[in-house]
Amino acid sequence: MLPEDLRETLAREISLAEHPKEKIVDVLYALQSHYGYLCDEAMRDAAELLGMTLLELEQLATFYDFLYRRPVGRHILHVCDGVVCWMFHQYSILDHMCRKLGVEPGQTTADGLITVLPSGCVGNCHQAPAMLVNGRFYGGLTPEKIEAIIDELRASPDDMGPCR
Amino acid sequence: MSTPFSPVLLRNRRDSGPLCLEDYCSTGGYEALKATLNKRSPGDVLEMVVEANLRGRGGAGFPAGRKWQSVPKGRGGPKYILPNTDEMEPGTFKDRILVGADPHLVIEGVVLCAYAVQANHGLFFIRPSYEMDAELMEKEVGIARQAGYLGKNILGSGFDFDLVVHRSAGRYICGEASAQINAIAGNRPNPQKGGPRMAVQGLWGRPTVVNNVETLACLPGILQNGARWFKDLALTPTGSGSKLYCVSGPVVRPGCFELPMGAPLRDIVFGQAGGMLPGRSFKACLPGGASTAFLPARHLDVAMDFDALAAIGHRLGTGSIIVFDEDICLVGATLNMINFFARESCGWCTPCREGLPYIGEILRQIESGQGREEYIPLLRRMARNMDYAYCSFAQGAVAPLLGLLDSFEDELREHIARRSCPFGAVVPAPPGKTCATGPVTFGPTPCREGLSCRI
Repeated sequence: MLPEDLRETLAREISLAEHPKEKIVDVLYALQSHYGYLCDEAMRDAAELLGMTLLELEQLATFYDFLYRRPVGRHILHVCDGVVCWMFHQYSILDHMCRKLGVEPGQTTADGLITVLPSGCVGNCHQAPAMLVNGRFYGGLTPEKIEAIIDELRASPDDMGPCR
Repeated sequence: MSTPFSPVLLRNRRDSGPLCLEDYCSTGGYEALKATLNKRSPGDVLEMVVEANLRGRGGAGFPAGRKWQSVPKGRGGPKYILPNTDEMEPGTFKDRILVGADPHLVIEGVVLCAYAVQANHGLFFIRPSYEMDAELMEKEVGIARQAGYLGKNILGSGFDFDLVVHRSAGRYICGEASAQINAIAGNRPNPQKGGPRMAVQGLWGRPTVVNNVETLACLPGILQNGARWFKDLALTPTGSGSKLYCVSGPVVRPGCFELPMGAPLRDIVFGQAGGMLPGRSFKACLPGGASTAFLPARHLDVAMDFDALAAIGHRLGTGSIIVFDEDICLVGATLNMINFFARESCGWCTPCREGLPYIGEILRQIESGQGREEYIPLLRRMARNMDYAYCSFAQGAVAPLLGLLDSFEDELREHIARRSCPFGAVVPAPPGKTCATGPVTFGPTPCREGLSCRI
C-alpha cells in the first residue's frame, strides 16, 4: 500500500508540472524507492497517479536500466561491460562478477542480497575497469577490491534502497 | 598560434572539486552574459556562432549556428533547450568532467544559447549514472537563479529563461536528439525517422534545440572574445575552438585533456596521455568512441578534427580516443561493441534490432574458431544493411566492424585460418557451465591465457 503522504506528495508534484508526463520517470523512481522495485502494485499506483494506461507505463518500466520491473536485491551492481572495461579484463568484469556471485546477468544472489546488472559504459573509462555499486562509482577494480566491496555489502546492516 | 595553449573549457578544473559561483565570477564568469543580454541582438549572437564555426561536440559535428538559425524567430509560444548530458558513448566521460569542474560555465552557455534562439525553458537531460552531477547541477542552478542569472528578467534585461534538471532512467539511445524528446515527453524513447525537424517541431511539438553540453560551454568564450579568437584556437584551418579529448585504454595517463581542435592524435596519446604502458605498442584506436571505426597506427599523425578525419574516411565522433595495443584482439573488441549495441538498440526498426545480434553471432563464431571465409563478405553486406535503419545508431554500431574489415581484415582471416583466436582468447563459456579455477589477472594487463574460464 502506498502511504497517503507519499501519494499526496507525488500527486501534488504531478499537478504542479506544466507537462505531467515529464514527471513519469521521477514518479516511477519514487515508487521504486518505496516498494523496492516496480511491482504490479507500484505500476497500478503509477497508472492511477499519472492517468496513464498500464501498457503505456509498462513500455517505460521495462525499457530503462535504472527502473527495475522485477525484484532486485538489497544492493545493485551496475557492472560496466563497455569496451574499455572489457579490454582491462577480457571477457569482462561482468563475467567475473557473475561467476563470483554465482548468478547470471540480471539475477540476484540466492540470499537476496546482491543483483548484478550489465551496464553500457558507466562513463568512468579512465579508471577502468569500473562499476556502480548502489549508484556510486568504483574504479580501478582488482579481484581484491571486488572481494572487499562484496564483503562490505554483506556486512552492511543498511537496507539500501535501489540506486538512484 | 605560437603562444602556448591555455585551457578554455577546463580552465577552472580544480582538484578541490566544482567551482562555486563566486569563484566563477571572479575569473570572468557571466561577463559574456552581461555583455550580451540586450547589448547584442539574438540575431547577432547567432551570426557570431555561425562565424565562429562552432560544430556540435556530441558526435555528429553539425554546425550549431546553422541548427539554431532554423529555429523560428519571435516569441509565439514556448521553445526549449535540451543541454544533453546523456553521455553514454563507450570511452566518453568529458561531459562529466566538464559539468563537475565548472557547472556555471555550462549554465552560462545554456542561457546564451537560449537568448540566441529566444527560448524560455531548458531541461538539463542527465543519465542516472551521473546522479552526483545531477545533484550538483540542481544546487548550482538554484544558486544561479538566486543571483539573477536564471529565471524571470535575467540581469534586468527582460529576458526570461529557466533551467530544470531532468533525470533520465538510463539508456544509450536517449542521447539521440529525437529519442531524448520522446524520453522527456514520457514516451518510449524511440528515435523518430528523419525528423520532425526538431528546431521547428520538437518537444511538445515546439521548437527545440538539443546540443551537447560541451558545445554549449563554448558560447561564453565566443561571445566574450569573438568568432576570430575561437577559430584561431584551432590548429587546423577549417577547425575551430578547443576540444575535450578523452583517452582510455593501455596508456600511462588515461584522462580527459583540453587541447586545440585539430591537435595531432600522436600528441594526445603519446604526449598528454603519456604514451603506451611499458611493454605495449599502439595497434589502433577508436578516435571518437565506440561509434567510430578503428584507426590504424599509420594514421597517428592525423589532426583530431572533423575535416581532417573525414578526409581519411573517419569521424571525430565525441573525440574520445580508445587505444588498443598489439596484444588485444580486435575481433573480440568488435564483438564486445556489437553486443553492447545489440543490447542498447531500442528495437524499433528491423535492420538494427535483427541485424546487430546476427552480426554478433557471426563475430562470435569467428572469435571462437568456427569462422568461414564467406563470413567476411557476409559481414560487409550485413553492415551495409544498417543504412536502412531509422536513425544513425545502427550505422554507428557497425563503424568498428567496418574499420575492422577495412584495416584489419588480416586479423579476421587469421582467426578463420587458424580456427582459433590468435590472441588466445576464449569466448566465455555459456552461463552455468563450470569453469576451472585459476589465477585471475586484472588491471592494465588483459589476461590472455584461459581468460574467463579461469575465473
